[in-house]
Order: sequence, then structure tokens, then C-alpha cells
Amino acid sequence: MTKIKSLFISLVLTLGVSTAIAGSHGSTLDIVKERGKLMCGSNTGLAGFGNPNDAGVWEGIDVDVCRAVAAAVFGDANAVEFVPTTSKVRFTVLQSGEIDMLSRNTTWTLQRDVELGLEFVGVNYYDGQGFMVRKDLGVSSATELDGASVCIQVGTTTEMNLADYFKANDMSYEPIPVETNSEADAAYLAGRCDIYTTDASGLYASRAGYPDPSAHMVLPEIISKEPLGPSVRHGDSEWADIVRWSLNAMIIAEEKGITSDNVDEMKNSKDPETLRLLGVSKVGDTGAGYGAWLGLDDDWAYNIIKQVGNYSESFEKHIGVNTPINIARGLNALYKDGGILYAPPFR
Amino acid sequence: MSSSISFTHNKYYSWCRNNLFSSWINGIITILSIYFIYEVSSFFLNWTIFEADFVNNFRGEKITDRTFCSKNIEPGQHGACWAIIIVRFHQFIYGFYPVEEAWRVNLVYGLLPFALVGIFFDNLPFRKYFIYFTFLFPFIGYFLLYGGAGLDVVGTSKWGGLLVTLFLGVTGILLAFPLSIILALGRRSKMPVIKTICIIFIEFIRGVPLITLLFTANVMLPLFLPEGVRPDNLLRALVAVTLFQSAYMAEAIRGGLQAIPKGQLEAAQSLGLTYWQSTRKIILPQALKISIPPIVNTCIGLFKDTSLVLIIGLFDLLGVGRAAVADIDWAKLHYEVYVFISLVFFIFCFGMSRYSLYLEKKLKTDNS
Repeated sequence: MTKIKSLFISLVLTLGVSTAIAGSHGSTLDIVKERGKLMCGSNTGLAGFGNPNDAGVWEGIDVDVCRAVAAAVFGDANAVEFVPTTSKVRFTVLQSGEIDMLSRNTTWTLQRDVELGLEFVGVNYYDGQGFMVRKDLGVSSATELDGASVCIQVGTTTEMNLADYFKANDMSYEPIPVETNSEADAAYLAGRCDIYTTDASGLYASRAGYPDPSAHMVLPEIISKEPLGPSVRHGDSEWADIVRWSLNAMIIAEEKGITSDNVDEMKNSKDPETLRLLGVSKVGDTGAGYGAWLGLDDDWAYNIIKQVGNYSESFEKHIGVNTPINIARGLNALYKDGGILYAPPFR
Repeated sequence: MSSSISFTHNKYYSWCRNNLFSSWINGIITILSIYFIYEVSSFFLNWTIFEADFVNNFRGEKITDRTFCSKNIEPGQHGACWAIIIVRFHQFIYGFYPVEEAWRVNLVYGLLPFALVGIFFDNLPFRKYFIYFTFLFPFIGYFLLYGGAGLDVVGTSKWGGLLVTLFLGVTGILLAFPLSIILALGRRSKMPVIKTICIIFIEFIRGVPLITLLFTANVMLPLFLPEGVRPDNLLRALVAVTLFQSAYMAEAIRGGLQAIPKGQLEAAQSLGLTYWQSTRKIILPQALKISIPPIVNTCIGLFKDTSLVLIIGLFDLLGVGRAAVADIDWAKLHYEVYVFISLVFFIFCFGMSRYSLYLEKKLKTDNS
């Protein structure tokens, strides 16, 4: 079944690539500029990552990457149209050219990067599979979970990761199979299982909706790598560069302490990289700024920071510890703060 | 005779006695059932109305997110928190349609009954003009919703909620109806080419689930078209829904056609009527009348199936509801959202089923 499915998907995508190549005229940047807005594939609704709010405005850290690209290209973070995509159609929608980029908690894997013809341009959230338990269970580490009952969504990679992890640590567990996120929440809250396991970000989002979130904790062990990031189609590296450096600009801005509030003052900074980022310095003595390399205005990064904010602002606003989702920076802290978030130098 | 007769002749008493308390066992079952109905309905009414929050919570504060819901302040003591529906009402009804342009959608909703009465009721004064309006309505409606020529253009990606559900349901059914008559007649045609084409079409569409058609329309179609030619996402879904509905409706109508005795057609032909004349004046009126229940059945089915478009990323009523539940500000208010959505679907489906009963009664002739 899986073989047939992947065969079918590759067939569809191969057709997509060949059609896209055969019929392509003009770069993605030209198409986007001509259209006057960015088409961005978003989630159909995942709290903190991409979801419409009460006023119908899309919000979340994945959504902010799209807004950053729009700010870079148009100088207007609102020149985006969000196309909700489910996990089943997300890649084909991108392949068919209906969207210019995909930013919806998608894990960067070899198959997707190579075989499916996508290009992942970076990581905006380092996720991984985690465990949630009730605090009164008195457990502080996943290595103490021998013999526990585990709520697990059937047919997912998390199911296999779980089996591997318990096997590797020579522990036993009793699986309680569930179909959906909400079913898992219900089973876990009703006490049908001791542990609930899925991607850590999903655990935090679930916990935020529980009657008493403080009675539950996510254990420190993360048992799989799930780097989530924005992606574009293979074959247009200039466009991939724009998306990549829009995300990098947000990360560098945090590194340099540039926020949406102080970005105007920072134009008078003495730090050369800050000046390059904000479009104040020119390249050598050519008179042109760094934006020209990307085919953008020199204040592209300024617009991103001014209108969307740096990475930290986006993170804290949507999923940080002061939001109901309450995710600590952890792996997603800057490399100099103990995380692994790292952007190449801006020069 | 005796004085008790007047009492026992009370028709309510005797009905109850005969139907509810005819034996001890039946009496006990009746009492238990009444108790059960009372418990369930009082719970439901308390939850939905009497103990529920609407705009303000029990402290009189305006509810702006789930933490203000009475049931989250005093767990277990309060009913539903309808504020999620009220705060997001615009999204439920119009999707992401701009607030200042919502009057256009309202106008279309308001004109819809005028477009439908003409086909629904044939004893209407000035019916001719209503029918003219019915034919104009799709163009007026599309112009109002989409814009252009003076009105701001509102792309279909901004449509959502009930608007998408009704657009797909109503337009799909109306477009499928003529198509399905052609298919049903074609399948019974004596011309082999037409007959084969109709059979292949109907059997192919009926042989795959709607979700496959939606995927095909959404994902495969753009791959075969040249770059730049991108039929609108909503229109692609509409095409899939229409084809799906036409195949099912065609089979319902074919059932009606087969129920007409052969003598009817022969009698018509012996009068010198052509194929089209006899079909239009003799066969179809009778066949369609017989087909009303199955046609309405497929219509109700289709109306509910439109919620599948969520999978191809269209935000219909159900999609908007799921996005509302996914919002952390309103997390875990599943019951409210799903009860509201089922109520909306129930109103429309029940309405369709009542109309079909009315139609059956009206068209009933004693000689059939």
C-alpha cells in the first residue's frame, strides 16, 4: 500500500516537475511581483504555527515567515494570500505552482528534499517527539517510564519512534492506539494512558487547551529529529535564496538585538553587519546595496524587521512562554544562548 | 350508561391506555422512556440554552476568549459557551470575506429565495418574471460575490464558511440537474456511441469516491494545464461536485424512466409525436415525479458531502469550525462548534426533505 502510494505521489510530482519546467516562463520572483502578492501555503489551522484569528487574520510563526518574504519583496507584510493546505496536498500544491512557498510545520527529510523535488531553505522550528505526563505521576525523565501505557496515534512515524526508543532502552510499554489529536487528548485526560506522545510542539499546544495545564509536564527527552522549515520548488535558486535569507534576516536580527521597535535607531549603529543588514552600507564602492544581490530593494531586511519582527519576537508572540502554548526556546534558542539556531553571516 | 363512560371515552385517555399502558410491561417501559427522554432533553436544553453563555459570562463580563467562559471559571456548573460562535460569526457565515463588503453576500442570500420560488411553486402570480430572474440569478450572484465593474474584486480564496457550503451545494445541484437528465436519457438511448459514453461517464464517476474526484480536480488538473492557466480552486471543486452529483442524479432519474410503462411512449408515438416531444411532454414529467425521493436523497447527501472540500484546503463551514477549535484562544470548545455546525446542516437538509414531501403531495395524481 505504502509503495503504491509513494509510486503514485512520485508519478504525480514527476508530471508536475516536467510540466512546470516545460511551461515555465519567468522567474518566481517576476511572477510574484507581477501578481502583486505572495501565495503562501499554510496550515489549515494549528495554534501558534498558522491559524486564522477571530478577525480572520492568519497568525503564527510559520505564517510570519511568509509575511517576512512579502515584506522583503513588496515592503508590505500583508501582501500575502494564504492557501490552507492539508498534509496530503501540500507538496502537489507547491509543485503545481499554485503557491510560491510552503510554510506549514513540514519536516525536512531526505525524501522530501530530493525525491519530491522540494528545496528546504532552512529551519524555523526544531521539533522532535516528546512525552507528556501528569505531574503527580512523579516522573522526571523518560527513562523511568518502564511499563507505562502510552497514547499513540496509529500509523505515524511517532509510533515507530516510540517502539525504537523503548526497545533501545530495554523498557516495555502498553500502547493505547488513538486516531486523532483530539481523541488522544480525551484518552489521556480520562486517564486511559499514563503518557501521551507526539511532536513536542503538538504536546504543548494540546496542554494549553487542558482544564489545568500546570498539572502536566513535557519530559525533557526528545526522541526524534523533526526540523520544520519553509520550502520552495526545485529549480529556481534565486527564489529559494530570497526565502532563505528572509528567514536568516529574522534570525540575524535577533542575534544583533534588532527588534521592530528599535530598528530605526539601529540604522545609526556602529556594527558593520547591522548596517549591512539594514541596507545602510553599500557593497564596496559600487553604490549598490546588498538587496541588489537578491533582486530586492536595499531596505528588504529593514522591512522584515520593522513589520514582522525578529525571530525571537515572532516566537514569543505566538508560542513563547508567555502565551498559552508556553514553549521554552530550548533547541530553538540562538547558538550563543545554548540552542542550535544559527544563521550564516550577512556579508 | 354509567358515569365512568364519559371519562373512559376521553380520547386522550383511551389512546394512552391502548398505546402506552396496554400491559404492565408496556407501562413500565413507557415510564422509563419518559424518564429517559426527560433526563436527556433537560440536560440538552440546560446545556444549550438555560445554563449557557452567549455574549457575557455569569459574572457579566464580555467573553473574548475561552478563559472567560463560565464553564472554565467554575468547571462542571455551566453549559455551552456560544461566544466562540458569536465572536467568529463573520467567519462562520462569510469566511475571510472583507467585513465592509459583507453586504454583497447578504444581498445574494436575500435574493436567493426570489430566485428559487419560481421553480419551487408553480401557482405564483407573475411566475414568468420570477423564472426570468432565476436564469439571471447565477450571473447577478457571481457578479455580486466576485466583484468587478465598480465593485471591489473579492477572490474566491477569501470565500468561506456557509458561503462556500451553499455555493457548492446549491450551484452543484442546480448545474447537475440538466446534465443528469441528459445522461439518464443518453444511457437509455438506442444510439450506441451516446449510450456508451453515458454509461462510461456514469459508472466511472460512481465508481470513485467524491474525495478522489476532488483530489483529481484540485491536484491533477493543474498539472496537465500549461503554466499560468490556473482554474480557480473553488471552481475546480465545483466542477468535481457537479460531475459527481450529475452521475448520481442521472441514475435516480433513470429509475424513474424505467418505471414508465412502454405503452406511454408507444401511445405518444402513435399520435405522431417526435422523440423529443414525447420525452418532454409525456415521459419526463412522469419520470421526474417518480424520481423526486431519490433525487432529493442524493441532493441531501451531496450537501453534506461538500464538507469534504476541507481536505483540498477550502474553508467551508466545517473547515472554519475546525480552525476555530484549533485557535488556542478557544481551544477545547469542540462541542459548541460541532453542535452549531450540525444544526446548520440539519436546517438545510430538513428543509430539502420537507420540500420534497410537499412536491410529492402536490404532484400526486390518483390515476398513477
